[in-house]
Amino acid sequence: EQLIFFHDHSMTILILIITIVGYNLISTYTNTNIDQHMLESQPLELFWTIVPSFILVFIGLPSIRLLYLLDEVYQPSITIKTIGHQWYWSYEYSDFLNLEFDSYMIPSNESENLNFRLLDVDNRTVIPFNTQVRTLISAADVLHSWTVPALGVKADAVPGRLNQVNFYSNRPGLFFGQCSEICGANHSFMPISIESVPPSIFIKW
Amino acid sequence: MADADNGDNSAACVESGEEEYRMETVPFDPRFPNMNQTKHCYVSFLDYHRCIKARGEDYAPCQYFQRVFRSLCPNAWVAKWEEQIEAGTFAGKI
Repeated sequence: EQLIFFHDHSMTILILIITIVGYNLISTYTNTNIDQHMLESQPLELFWTIVPSFILVFIGLPSIRLLYLLDEVYQPSITIKTIGHQWYWSYEYSDFLNLEFDSYMIPSNESENLNFRLLDVDNRTVIPFNTQVRTLISAADVLHSWTVPALGVKADAVPGRLNQVNFYSNRPGLFFGQCSEICGANHSFMPISIESVPPSIFIKW
Repeated sequence: MADADNGDNSAACVESGEEEYRMETVPFDPRFPNMNQTKHCYVSFLDYHRCIKARGEDYAPCQYFQRVFRSLCPNAWVAKWEEQIEAGTFAGKI
């Protein structure tokens, strides 16, 4: 998603700046000659006041663009309801068939060796990829938070409220997330696992 | 909802063997553009029951509201509200 690109873009600039400043710092520190042009130089001070403002604009414009992009209106193709319970998620697909299932974490002692410890669930949430998915997130008891970082999704699950999040997966695969709002004893043990499959397989599921 | 080829904005076509499936869901409703869709769910539930009460259960366009709230509302909420309606304790105006 665009979020990743923006993050890459700002990290590049940041690392560039840090390298330049760090190099100047070290070279000034280790050089025993004193250069008059380095101290109280008016053009130099002007330079390093104007240039950072340009750099900030350069970082800020993509940021604003991304901010507005996040609020764009989509027409989803499928709606999934996610309800958080203590301490598992339950999913409902109600567009055509009323399909409901619970998704519990697979305990570490039951799973085979070296599978996704603490991340895998018994029933994965299946979504078709290359489709706009609308997720309505709510909770049945206490606050939870549903997040899948790889898809850029995070929203709180509040009892009595339906939060809508639209996302789009452009590659098939497995995506994981974890509950992001403290919800009791097993808060760290209620992961989210999304399996993104081609639409033809999704239909048969 | 007046388009003849409705669905192309809010659906995806899938070909699976010889059959073609279309995934359609509740389209974007500009009355509820933001993240909070609680009202959307509740209002369409109310609209369905008012529609049924005004036109009778067999009136086909009422089914649109039913589709909306079935897709949007958690089943637990729908079950609870329907129980309340049967018991006469539902708080909304129908």
